[in-house]
Amino acid sequence: MLKNSSRLHIPEPGCRPGETPDMSHITVPPAGEVRRPAEDVDPAEIRDLAWALIRVLDDGGNPVGDWNPGLSADALEKGLRAMMLTRAYDARMVRVQRQGKTSFYMKSTGEEAVAVAAALALEYGDMCFPTYRQQGLLVARDWPLVDMMNQVYSNSRDRLKGRQMPVFYSSREAGFFSISGNLGTQYSQAVGWAMASAADSDSRIAAAWIGEGATAEGDFHHALTFASVYQAPVVLNIVNNQWAISSFSGIAGGERTTFASRGLGYGIPSLRVDGNDFLAVYAVTRWAANRARSGLGPTVIELFTYRAEGHSTSDDPSKYRPGTEAAVWPLGDPIERLKAHMIGAGLWSEDQHAALERELEEVVRAAGKESESYGTLKEGARIPASTMFDDVYKEMPPHLVEQRKQAGL
Amino acid sequence: MNMIEALNSAMDVALTRDPAVTIFGQDVGYFGGVFRATDGLQRKHGLTRVFDAPISEGGIVAVAVGMGAYGKRPVVEIQFADYIYPATDQLISEAARMRYRTGGEWWSPITVRSPYGGGIYGGQTHSQSPEGIFTHVAGLKTVIPSNPYDAKGLLIAAIEDDDPVLFFEPKRLYNGPFDGHHDKPVEPWSKHPASEVPEGHYVVPLGKANIVRAGNAVTVLAYGTMVHVALAAAQETGIDAEVIDLRTLMPLDLETITRSVSRTGRCVVVHEATRTCGFGAELAALVQEHCFFDLEAPIERVTGWDTPYPHAFEWEYFPGPKRVGEALRRTVEA
Ligand SMILES: Cc1ncc(C[n+]2csc(CCOP(=O)(O)OP(=O)(O)O)c2C)c(N)n1
Ligand SMILES: [Mg+2]
Repeated sequence: MLKNSSRLHIPEPGCRPGETPDMSHITVPPAGEVRRPAEDVDPAEIRDLAWALIRVLDDGGNPVGDWNPGLSADALEKGLRAMMLTRAYDARMVRVQRQGKTSFYMKSTGEEAVAVAAALALEYGDMCFPTYRQQGLLVARDWPLVDMMNQVYSNSRDRLKGRQMPVFYSSREAGFFSISGNLGTQYSQAVGWAMASAADSDSRIAAAWIGEGATAEGDFHHALTFASVYQAPVVLNIVNNQWAISSFSGIAGGERTTFASRGLGYGIPSLRVDGNDFLAVYAVTRWAANRARSGLGPTVIELFTYRAEGHSTSDDPSKYRPGTEAAVWPLGDPIERLKAHMIGAGLWSEDQHAALERELEEVVRAAGKESESYGTLKEGARIPASTMFDDVYKEMPPHLVEQRKQAGL
Repeated sequence: MNMIEALNSAMDVALTRDPAVTIFGQDVGYFGGVFRATDGLQRKHGLTRVFDAPISEGGIVAVAVGMGAYGKRPVVEIQFADYIYPATDQLISEAARMRYRTGGEWWSPITVRSPYGGGIYGGQTHSQSPEGIFTHVAGLKTVIPSNPYDAKGLLIAAIEDDDPVLFFEPKRLYNGPFDGHHDKPVEPWSKHPASEVPEGHYVVPLGKANIVRAGNAVTVLAYGTMVHVALAAAQETGIDAEVIDLRTLMPLDLETITRSVSRTGRCVVVHEATRTCGFGAELAALVQEHCFFDLEAPIERVTGWDTPYPHAFEWEYFPGPKRVGEALRRTVEA
């Protein structure tokens, strides 16, 4: 008889508050090491890439290897600008939340490349199904900040009519699907959009994002099943920023294998990429988008990154992870890394960078002033409360007409 | 104790008394839950008694059903009631019917705790009151406390119960007895008698309502946050209302309800959930069936409107003391 040593395993992160942060379990392979397969490669030949880490920028900021997308100076500057604008926007919105001008906010600090590089690698008509942490998509698509702020303030110009919590944006025009509070739901919806597009031989593809924590939801698996069965033209991004509120990635199943490898069981080509490397994220997204557009179906991309700040304005990360953990994150900061690359390539300077920072702060400040002139959550102009009975149905049924009357609105 | 401390104490007592009690849910382990209800329990009772779960509500309840089949007594947290829907198949098709479909061979002694209700600017995905979905299902029990004392006693009773119990916690009451006056400062529980909570074990039995205000003019049926709103409405209108805190919706204390309504002849039902097919419809039907010949006025319902919970119009949506007061007045004047 075998000795009984059965026990229940409960995953625990390497360090907790009060301990010295340790990231030695994360192996960072040299940039440029991973081969770039042809876009029409047989997925069976690239299964190893689900455990690799595709990186373009080396520690000196030099682009190396097959995955270097060879972007123009203009494209690089556009990317840098959008990431910096996203960061400045986030910083302001947290400040106004602290001042009580809105109820809630969520930053994407440290993972701006995930959304911005993808937005620039996709076509404008491609349809995005994001989570609450991909505001960089809207910024990179030049969507007006004032419109985003109006939503955060639930003010009189909020196109969502004060119905959604802050940051749950929606923009049909910008190809940005309505954000749901319910984690994961967008992932399988993206596959449906892509199936419909393919059925019409439409050249537009879909892209979806999900946090590593939310991959535990059924919707993640529904998405992979349907994407694989129907070979839907969709880019399925998993943003592994190591944390889901207080739960480290091990609670989502990250201890035994990578999140990218989830795609392999479904026969979907799956890549793992340095999510803080703007060039690598761009290149990988482009590869997957080209495959999708050429009728070769879905790709899973794990973006390996780090949530540098709290989950939201309601969160205090010092309760569950060492305060200095962000400082030892081995993949650096996406803005700093792209900046170093551009300076190294002679396309950029510290002075230009500082000037751009000042300019963007001013852009955000001006947008903030304009948006606040349309009201904030508790002050100034707002949408008439009677509108809360609209859009429950296309036509308002009699019982809602009656309730609106009872509400005196 | 405030409500969070009372809930924490209930779980601590349950973990200490019964080694089968196992607690899990998103962020409940080391961190102690986003509302801090399980704070310190992992440290005290160990990793395998209190732990974090993946973000999979369907998985959480399914695993609880399986653990229950083994002989554990799982207490799971769904972080917000708005996120319980991925678990509805496991709750409705599995946990609720396990005893019935096996002739008593298996059962699901699980408790599903979940913060519910509005009042924190949570918008449509952090404000819902889905109790009516579950009271409609044969085999599920539904419990909703309105104060720290009840919260502890009811949670212990729910955990010790061998049937699946949904335990909805009015999150707006966690830190104080909120009466719907959102523009007034929050009063802490420490000023309220129900904050006197014994440290040890006690139960508030399921299926027993509580008359929180005796009166003769009209009976108000309420639960959760709305108990405090109803009390404020009675006070502000000066109407001699009898306010009944139902405490458990299933099983329901019909006797206390009918005894009161037969005496007052008038009844107002209040809840924060949407109106159509809400639990208030069931209450109104029961009162009509049992008290028809004693009724002197139509039964009124004061509820959330039949729309999703809007972020910016939280207080136009919330059935506050003004709306409840108007219903009281109409009912006593009818
Ligand atoms: C269905 C559902 N369950 C739980 C929640 C509560 N919740 C909001 S965000 C979050 C963590 C998500 O982590 P992850 O998917 O890794 O995304 P990240 O926040 O790191 O971007 C949780 C548990 C929710 N919004 N929806
Ligand atoms: Mg995450």
